[in-house]
Amino acid sequence: MGFLDIRNVTKSYGSVEVLHRVDISAEEGEFLVLVGPSGCGKSTLLNMIAGLEAISSGDIAINGRVVNGVHPSKRNIAMVFQSYALYPNMTVGQNITFGLEMHGVPKPERDKALAQVAKLLQIDHLLDRKPAQLSGGQRQRVAMGRALVRNPDVFLFDEPLSNLDAKLRVDMRTEIKKLHQRLGRTIVYVTHDQIEAMTLSTRIAVMNKGYVQQFGTPKEIYDTPSNLFVASFMGSPSMNLIPAKVAVENGAPHVVVMDAEGQARLLRLSQPALSAWSGREIVLGVRPEAITDPEGADRKSLNVQPLKNRVTVTEPAGSDTFVTTTLGGKDIIARMRADASVSPGEVFDFAVNMDKAVAFDPVTENRIA
Amino acid sequence: MSTISQEAVVVRPAAPVPSQDTAVRTSRVARTFIYLVLLLFALFYLLPFAIMVINSVKPLSEITGGNMLALPQDWTIAPWLSAWSTAQIGVEPTGLRPYFLNSILMVVPAVAISTILGALNGYVLTKWRFRGDTILFGLMLFACFIPFQIVLIPMARMLGLMGLAGSTPGLILVHVVYGLGFTTLYFRNYYAAFPTELVRAAMMDGAGFFRIFWRIMLPVSGPIAVVSVIWQFTNIWNDFLFGASFADLDSMPMTVGLNNLVNSSTGVKEYNVHFAGAILAALPTLLVYIVAGRYFVRGLMAGSVKG
Repeated sequence: MGFLDIRNVTKSYGSVEVLHRVDISAEEGEFLVLVGPSGCGKSTLLNMIAGLEAISSGDIAINGRVVNGVHPSKRNIAMVFQSYALYPNMTVGQNITFGLEMHGVPKPERDKALAQVAKLLQIDHLLDRKPAQLSGGQRQRVAMGRALVRNPDVFLFDEPLSNLDAKLRVDMRTEIKKLHQRLGRTIVYVTHDQIEAMTLSTRIAVMNKGYVQQFGTPKEIYDTPSNLFVASFMGSPSMNLIPAKVAVENGAPHVVVMDAEGQARLLRLSQPALSAWSGREIVLGVRPEAITDPEGADRKSLNVQPLKNRVTVTEPAGSDTFVTTTLGGKDIIARMRADASVSPGEVFDFAVNMDKAVAFDPVTENRIA
Repeated sequence: MSTISQEAVVVRPAAPVPSQDTAVRTSRVARTFIYLVLLLFALFYLLPFAIMVINSVKPLSEITGGNMLALPQDWTIAPWLSAWSTAQIGVEPTGLRPYFLNSILMVVPAVAISTILGALNGYVLTKWRFRGDTILFGLMLFACFIPFQIVLIPMARMLGLMGLAGSTPGLILVHVVYGLGFTTLYFRNYYAAFPTELVRAAMMDGAGFFRIFWRIMLPVSGPIAVVSVIWQFTNIWNDFLFGASFADLDSMPMTVGLNNLVNSSTGVKEYNVHFAGAILAALPTLLVYIVAGRYFVRGLMAGSVKG
């Protein structure tokens, strides 16, 4: 049992079930991110934790207490909204302390808490301003201040960075991460941005169509996605998914893939269990960074397979060079060192780190190894 | 496009910056014409009022002498004093003063109550949605379209049953009921544009139904409250039908009093007193418009244009 427990929770509107038996939990101090495309039910789930939407079945428990039906203000939670939802008629100071006032905290204590939070977020100089006089980043800080001052068990963030411009978003992301490291509080954070999810979280729930597709640490999600949806949703550029066939050669399982010229190529798989799939179709999943030039290959890997193939496009991005080639009839992206000498049209020696490759069942779309 | 020289772009003399009110730049001739027409219409509308003012400060003899349009030779405020406190109305020589007070006693609570209830209705209909709320709102809108005459008899019966017949509280009730449709419409449409996340945030901060209304919604409702107050004030103050139907001697509003002053069939028709009385009856609404008029337009526009 964790600090925040979501047990078998469903949500229906009338006869339509929009969330199906969600079962996740987070320990105290964890940074749980709910990520998924729009309409996947992540915001609904957050609103249910907040108490703004009723739970159709199942239980939500915070700090050992089941909070189904408990009023939002009595759950000891605080929320940062997407639009910040700052009260336009109140000053920054009043905005931050409104919750304390509503909970009957006396004025001297409120002022003390306000001073602390303002210092923490570096908004001391803004306390007498109205929200309309603040920039986007400042509003974001005030919204966080309003949540922090309550000293809640759980912080809820509803896509808090989506209204900021790209640069500020990255800065605020770091700020939030710092804040979490400093305060060590439990956070539930909703986003559709997989980079935010990866960088911030200690645990991710990837959601789609009302189901939790995978729940795990960022590393688990990234390295061993449980199905094709998670594999393609997480990571940018996303994982290469190559149609292939399994064949056993010299007692070890190999994949047979078509290269750009339509020639069959053999790559030895690192998972012996895949011998059972001999002769059958699979989808091979390889992250772009697992396909490199031979010098750039992971030295610690026990199974780097060479692969000659024709290059179609190269895209130097400064820090890396993205190289596109064709495998199994699909465009495949390889991520190479910036100084790798590759030119379009040439036949290049790729190195595929098969230790990092995963395999999916093309029918059920689940990972098999 | 490429034929436009760079020079033309760079060294253009600074054109006069059009003010916010002039979306279209106009020539001097067009301007003069516009102002002339505006002036003409202003005169057209002001003329009746001017005649009322002029004749209310004349002795009666000058009016009956046939000089309605001329300025008074003999300036006097006697007609005003008479209209206010001594003119014969019905059978009593009370002037309009008691009726003016009746109207104030009726209008102020009626406007306040209908505006507050309208605000509450709008708040519930937008932020505490429930099954069938749009149907309910649609039904409430009917109140805006029902002609006054239709409800006269049922309303009289209701007031009788409630023991409010012929009293100021009865009139207040009638006006509140009749005004609710409008005030609800105003506030509902205004609050519909108000972000619901704010209400949710306040809810999580621990504010209850009325606290959210009082601390979050009302402070930003200024413009629409002004609209509601002006609308209700003018309508209720100027109402004659309900006043004539449901009030008795102690509660008759200004409009009925004025009618009785002008239509009294005994004695000489004191036109100068009638003019003064009519202006007295119009003053409060005039005052409300002058004080709050610019908010009225702003409030009516709110929601249609952002900012």
